[in-house]
Amino acid sequence: MPFDVYLNVAIGGILTGLVYGLMALGLSVIFGVVRVVNFAHGEMTTIAMFLAVLLFAAFHLDPLILLVPIAAVLFVFGYALQASLINPFVTRPEHSQFLLLVALAIIITNALLIVFGPDARSVQTSYSLDSFQFGRIIIDAAKVYAGGAAVVFALLLFGFFRFTLLGKAIRACADNYTGALVVGLDVRRLYALTFGIGAACVGAAGTMLVLVTDVTPMLGPAYTLLAFVIVIAGGLGSMAGALAGGVLIGVTEAMAGLLFTPSAKSMFVFAVLVLVLLFRPQGILGKRLA
Amino acid sequence: MMLRSLGPASWRSGGLIAGLLAAALAAPWLVNDYLLTVLIIILYFAYAGQAWNIMTGFAGQLSLGHAVYVGLGAYVAAALFTRFGIAPWIALLAVIPVAMACGAIIGFLAFRFGVTGVYFAILTIAFAEFARVGFDHWDLVNASSGLFLPVKQYAHNDLWLLRGDPTMFYYVILAATVLAFALCFALRRSRVGYFWLAIREDEQAARAAGVATFRYKMYAVMASAAVTSFAGVFYAFFYNNLFPEQVFGISRSIEIILGPVIGGIGTLFGPILGAFVLTGLAEALNAGLAAFGLDLPGAKQLLYGFCLLIVVVALPEGVWPPLARRLGVTGVGK
Repeated sequence: MPFDVYLNVAIGGILTGLVYGLMALGLSVIFGVVRVVNFAHGEMTTIAMFLAVLLFAAFHLDPLILLVPIAAVLFVFGYALQASLINPFVTRPEHSQFLLLVALAIIITNALLIVFGPDARSVQTSYSLDSFQFGRIIIDAAKVYAGGAAVVFALLLFGFFRFTLLGKAIRACADNYTGALVVGLDVRRLYALTFGIGAACVGAAGTMLVLVTDVTPMLGPAYTLLAFVIVIAGGLGSMAGALAGGVLIGVTEAMAGLLFTPSAKSMFVFAVLVLVLLFRPQGILGKRLA
Repeated sequence: MMLRSLGPASWRSGGLIAGLLAAALAAPWLVNDYLLTVLIIILYFAYAGQAWNIMTGFAGQLSLGHAVYVGLGAYVAAALFTRFGIAPWIALLAVIPVAMACGAIIGFLAFRFGVTGVYFAILTIAFAEFARVGFDHWDLVNASSGLFLPVKQYAHNDLWLLRGDPTMFYYVILAATVLAFALCFALRRSRVGYFWLAIREDEQAARAAGVATFRYKMYAVMASAAVTSFAGVFYAFFYNNLFPEQVFGISRSIEIILGPVIGGIGTLFGPILGAFVLTGLAEALNAGLAAFGLDLPGAKQLLYGFCLLIVVVALPEGVWPPLARRLGVTGVGK
């Protein structure tokens, strides 16, 4: 195979990986602050994907515009979830949190199944078949827009956590729970906000994902696992790490699909995870584990 | 130790065990074929849950990928039987080491490099998924088209080859569950068991007190893997067909975990009670939806999800601990 083919596939993998990275960023933010692993992360992603399909069919709005309202809807969903159900579980053992979120994941998957049926849905935009050409490199336009939007969304989030007072307050909760309580922060509300922000990432990423792939209600667990692998490979607690992990996994998937068979790609993803854990257990950009 | 604690609570729990065992032994004469199959499934989950409990309930290492041990057990035993006609009981000589080796690899990777807690749990999922996709593409075990055991009409039950009617399978899994219960009872009161408990409660303190935490965590993973692998052998011979998607899937791992967590994690009765509650719930939902003529795909799972949610919110410790207090058998089987 000529070298261009590899390069084309690798660039496609990087762009898809950026969207994966944004999804995983949501998981990383939630875990980093609330210390709860969102086992319903992929299921929330499928909610966003179905919302995008539904709104696109109803209003024919471009997913790049739909990104904003869907992120807002998921934010409200995440906020309400944390404020009502998850806050009491913050101090409970891991297996108890796991069970709560697994129950939630089962509910989401089957509610989607009842509403939308088991068939794959997709979105056909005016630029679905367009591509950009640079010399001998050809890239799908949809992937460029999706990857670009993911980067913009992630940059906004970096800015929020670095420069706004609210962002700093949330980071304070993550760094020192007791300290945050002592200086009078409303930790429960900040946790709810954090879960909302993580869910908004999922909303944006899910909307972008419909540009590059189909959606079925059964995809939830696969996306949950993908987000876990990305966050661990990138380094839990590192926001840039989530994007870097997303790119690593996106390229791994694309290359495995090209060199072997697409159905075996997740095996290579997990192989990469094991390699990362072996040689750099804190993740690519993570701080050393305590 | 044992003698001192032989108060009324012990007598009551002894009576409870004896009564349950008598009912379990008589069950095939009391119930029809359908209910017997349901009981087999319940005991299967009780057994697998008990095995999972060794690792997570006792030693505190959260495994979310126990399907990998079930799957390895099922595939090794089924492959040896279909290719060489080797009896499942002999196959255990291969099954148990394979499962223990897999557990040892996961444990070594994780515990050597300080991968703990949630990271460890996700590593266990990763291994199960790795196995699922790997077996899905491995032609020696028929890849995704599945491995089938020959199903013939057997004139009489062949316990040695595990070929026979549901009653035989019922007694096999009942015996396995009783043995697993006894093993857990013994482990819980052994030196190793106390080390596991110390690790579960505070690993750093355990290490400071001189417990070789790495070694005992490895023992927990390997013991749990070995016990779990027989569940796989049973699965293969009871269902007679194996598909990687079904055997190694993440939902299989979750099914194993739900029983002990709902029943009461780290307790001896929890996994058994949890298996009864969950399988009973699933069957009741089936019957209920059928009675209302509701045949919507996903409806049963949706209600199941809501029931799980209610249980986990309302009973943080699981079903068994509050029930044990009610029955006056606290302190036993904990």
